Amino acid sequence: MPKIMIAEKNEIPPEILEAVVIRFVGDSGDGMQLTGTQFSDTSAMIGNDVSTFPNYPSEIRAPQGSLYGVSGFQVHIGSVEISTPGDDVDLLVAMNPAGLKTNLYAVKPGHTIIIDTDSFSKKNLEKAKYETNPLEDGSLDNYRVIEVAISSLTKEALKDVEGLDNKSITRSKNMFALGMVYWMYNRSTDHSIDFFNKKFASKPHLIEANTKVLNTGFYFAETLELIPNSYTISPASMPAGTYRIISGNTATAWGFLAAAEKSGMELFLGSYPITPATDILHELVKHKHFGVKAFQAEDEIAGITSAIGASFAGDLAITTTSGPGLALKGEALGLAMMIELPLVVVNVQRGGPSTGLPTKTEQSDLLQAMYGRNGESPVIVIAASTPSDCFKYGFEAAKLALEHMTPVILLTDGYIANGSEPWQIKSVSEMPEIKNNRISEVKENWHPYDRDEVTLARNWAVPGTYGLEHRVGGLEKDKITGDVSHVPENHEYMTKIRAEKIKRVENYIPELETEFADSGDLLVIGWGGTYGGLHSAVKQLNQQGYDKIGYAHFNYINPLPKNTKDILGKFKKIVVCELNNGQFASILKMNFSEFDFLQFNKIQGLPFGNTELTEKFKQLLG
Amino acid sequence: METTVKKEYTFKDFASDQEVRWCPGCDDYVILRSMQKALPEVGVKKEDVVFISGIGCSSRFPYYMDTYGMHGIHGRAPAIASGVKLANPDLSVWVITGDGDGMAIGGNHFIHVLRRNINLNIILFNNEIYGLTKGQFSPTSLVGQKTKSSPYGNTQPPFQPGELAIGAQARFFARIGGNTPKKMTQMFIEAEKFNGTSLIEILQNCVIFNDGCFTKYTDKKVREDQQLFVEDGKPMIFGKEKDKGLVLNGLKLDVVTIGENGITENDILVHNANEQDPTLHQMLVRLEYPLVTGIIRRFEDVTLEEREDALTKEVKANSKFTKTDDLFFSGETYEVK
Repeated sequence: MPKIMIAEKNEIPPEILEAVVIRFVGDSGDGMQLTGTQFSDTSAMIGNDVSTFPNYPSEIRAPQGSLYGVSGFQVHIGSVEISTPGDDVDLLVAMNPAGLKTNLYAVKPGHTIIIDTDSFSKKNLEKAKYETNPLEDGSLDNYRVIEVAISSLTKEALKDVEGLDNKSITRSKNMFALGMVYWMYNRSTDHSIDFFNKKFASKPHLIEANTKVLNTGFYFAETLELIPNSYTISPASMPAGTYRIISGNTATAWGFLAAAEKSGMELFLGSYPITPATDILHELVKHKHFGVKAFQAEDEIAGITSAIGASFAGDLAITTTSGPGLALKGEALGLAMMIELPLVVVNVQRGGPSTGLPTKTEQSDLLQAMYGRNGESPVIVIAASTPSDCFKYGFEAAKLALEHMTPVILLTDGYIANGSEPWQIKSVSEMPEIKNNRISEVKENWHPYDRDEVTLARNWAVPGTYGLEHRVGGLEKDKITGDVSHVPENHEYMTKIRAEKIKRVENYIPELETEFADSGDLLVIGWGGTYGGLHSAVKQLNQQGYDKIGYAHFNYINPLPKNTKDILGKFKKIVVCELNNGQFASILKMNFSEFDFLQFNKIQGLPFGNTELTEKFKQLLG
Repeated sequence: METTVKKEYTFKDFASDQEVRWCPGCDDYVILRSMQKALPEVGVKKEDVVFISGIGCSSRFPYYMDTYGMHGIHGRAPAIASGVKLANPDLSVWVITGDGDGMAIGGNHFIHVLRRNINLNIILFNNEIYGLTKGQFSPTSLVGQKTKSSPYGNTQPPFQPGELAIGAQARFFARIGGNTPKKMTQMFIEAEKFNGTSLIEILQNCVIFNDGCFTKYTDKKVREDQQLFVEDGKPMIFGKEKDKGLVLNGLKLDVVTIGENGITENDILVHNANEQDPTLHQMLVRLEYPLVTGIIRRFEDVTLEEREDALTKEVKANSKFTKTDDLFFSGETYEVK
């Protein structure tokens, strides 16, 4: 079958849109994640800025047709800068009634819904708790509904393809929907056909089937009069360079690969599988060619303690986890802090407490990261903002750990970890140098806790080094010899010097910056993975003429940037926005009690929506 | 580990400058001295030796050795040591643990390190009691044993460390009385020579909280009659008169007397430590009379680090990636102009 290139234009000129939000929803086995990924990859290839947000149930295959088994993938594409997966959905593709029911709220009236009518059986309607059929009862009158018998059209398209069982036929219906959406947005099917050729190289009948269904959907959309127009999204203006689409978890893993190469050290990962952090483990286990030692341990505690052992022996050591796992690692993190070894702990935050909402996003582990250990045990805490800058902060976490001889907690979250966006690829040669505190020469009167006068980092002698044999451990150390000490004044001194060491890191991190306004009426504050939503909300207001609203985003939580107080003092009101019940606000209140901090909190397992933010800010601006 | 070092160490080279603080009369002193005597014999450089411990009386051990060492957290020494060894397989890594540290709070790490067969040496100080917390029953305490936390007698049945270890696929298991320093030194040397995880259970008397717990086996007056010290390839004979031995009777071991009922030395089972099937080793471990000491199991197998190393070499040989840039710029990238 010939490949279809760009669809011919209809008589009606395509609508030029700056940005569009598309959401694919269906059963968790319907292939919605793949459909969404294919669409976003294809869009990025032609130069759109994209941002994606997968939203899937924690059950791997929830009961078919059920409301809680709905899996969705949202993609936001644009010719302008895109910093979130979008808020209001312009096009919803609903493969079943449950998907329609759970996602209709996000579609603005007048916008488009594509529905697989074959799935609207009595049984499926009942499972989705519909009393009447929404296709018949007029409840969708405010929307542009495109009813397509996707399942039967798919079956029909495949009737001549040999070697397909019913399951394979049913499974390829998502490609019909993808083909339709490709046509609607003037995308070529080439990228996806290339993908089939690679993925199914050993199963030619699946290449044929998927290509056929994709093209059938594409042609169907082209000829169907129900689709009145097609849209064109022109390329976004982004800095020139080489790009790729990257997810937050992959970017985090790659940040560590880059840090290992830059520092000339071997990378050790000790980890135990946990949603949504496991993809970092999945990524790093692939890279044995770089000498990465990825160790899947027997539990969370062995994940971090094996990393502590590897750090003691001289590797760049990391451990990855999510909320409950960080709780289990607490005691060992205290040991790493006490023996002052470099270690990076990644916490991909998810909805808590306890098992909470494993597949949903939240920022509620901030105080656990800050204080979740016994005794006075400060560590560096930093947080990444977006999927692609997880690379930068993975690298930064490793650099800070090595240069300051301390554990560093890197906070990301399910939203940016699973989301993806274009990343302007960084060569390792462009990354900053990483120093370390290793010593290999025997010095007279040497002690393991001898410190750098400026950073207070202790020197690091690793096993195998002649003449520097020494013992470390969780018991308090004498400030000079490093031997076990229970002397009261020594304990106070050591407690303070460990705190001071972390405090001094403020001299090595960037100052806080404000966007859109340096001073004014309202300062919006965010931290970590909410950057995209908060940035675009403030930007939007700014473009509407609100010039007294500024935005400050924190990536460094402990220590805070040195100029934080200066920035806070330049605005009349401050609102701290976070996906928890006010944890960062409490840190700011504690450190800067002279200011009033208003809060905007959301604890629904979901990212901020644009409308709720802009409305709140307008209200605060008065 | 491979080493060609010829430097002559004495036991003093392995003693740190720290004052040893165990209770007077504790078997831990014997173990420490035996270790300090074993290491010069092993032929390993001092800077390549690492001791990792958990928490408990035994876990103070690394402070007293003038090598690299880490006093870790409760139960986690096998996991810390695994990280050390995987990071640098050239090191000689020793884990110091006790019955509480190793089999209660650290039970999970204990079984998994044995399963993986990383080349570590684990020294388990078994005194059937918690010493550092002052006398609670441990996972090896006997049913009925009166302790601070079982004033009316312990109701929890004990683990037999060797049984647990061999069940977890330990390739090397040895048991030794805490009052036999020469044999202990030799056993440490054997453990270090063995390529894989070696576990040595030491029957260690706690003079304060469980004094005499092993006396019926270890007392000099009785130990030849109560202990069978097994040696690979030799018949399993014991007793002051060397006249007792083990024979297999169906699915259990019987004690017989040589010279009685027509039994000769040729009838006695010959110990084979290098047998993959652990059935007989488990029977030896469980035996209460005689108590079997010596190297009960010593089965050579591939280690985890050997598997990892082979796999890494294979992946490297077949990979197109040598630098991270190769990866970052590979696959589906696109240009923005």
